[in-house]
Amino acid sequence: MCLAGVGLTILLNVVVDSYRFLPRSFRPLYEGRGPFPGEESPVWAPFEKRLAESRIALLTSAGFYLKGSQQSFDVEREQVHEEWGDPTWRAIPTSARPEDLAVAHLHINDEDLLADPEIALPMRLLDELTREGVVGGSVAGHVAVMGYQDRGLRDWRDVTAPEIVAHLREQGADGLILAPA
Amino acid sequence: MPVLARWIEAAGIPTVVVTMMPAVAEERRAPRIVGVEFPFGHPFGMPNDRVMQRRVLELALRVLAGAASFGTRVDLDMEWPVPLREAYKAWQPKVPSPIVRKMLEARQDGPRS
Repeated sequence: MCLAGVGLTILLNVVVDSYRFLPRSFRPLYEGRGPFPGEESPVWAPFEKRLAESRIALLTSAGFYLKGSQQSFDVEREQVHEEWGDPTWRAIPTSARPEDLAVAHLHINDEDLLADPEIALPMRLLDELTREGVVGGSVAGHVAVMGYQDRGLRDWRDVTAPEIVAHLREQGADGLILAPA
Repeated sequence: MPVLARWIEAAGIPTVVVTMMPAVAEERRAPRIVGVEFPFGHPFGMPNDRVMQRRVLELALRVLAGAASFGTRVDLDMEWPVPLREAYKAWQPKVPSPIVRKMLEARQDGPRS
């Protein structure tokens, strides 16, 4: 009892400074803004299987795409319409090699992402955990978006999110790890 | 991104958000949150540091599968191994993004005190 209590305290200790790496002038854009309009109530889908029997999907907002076969996220249009960000998504096959990937994201330095895509899309690592039996498997196609979006998020809500859900269902995903870049 | 997690969760797929701004993800009411004190662009850690990346991914999986209720947040107790000033500069794009460029221009054009 006592030990479990101590463990829980350590586990739930809040240690991260959410604004450590954010320019000070950007902080009011994020802090204290509350829920997105209409998104106040809890949403919950219980995770019902054992991890070792579950198929896991990853979603990154780093703007990865396959440079040989997919279109880049549209950063040209963003150059002209500064408050707009490409709302589309790409499926990144688990078989993609690091050298197959490119990054289209004007708000972050892409050097580390290109040097080691695992820092935002840990597909190899998830495969390793699958081989070790920690998870049951991964989907064949993970998901990439470009995280800079207009404030209304209408295209994400009406088009992109339903398409991603359909993709994840088709892939048999039991759970999704989203990693904002 | 937290709101994208909500829409996917509402469709019946459990989600966890691994983020450098967990306080914002909480405000935005993401169902499950893992906080990391890492620079933007690096949610799973340093390039080529498999041990670090694995700690993040394993924690994300544990929270995804094990969180008992909505709003669970667990922070990874791990410091970024690069000095702050250097890391703060390193994550930012070499050329300012269009919106930042516009903000900077507006500041320059605006009234001066």
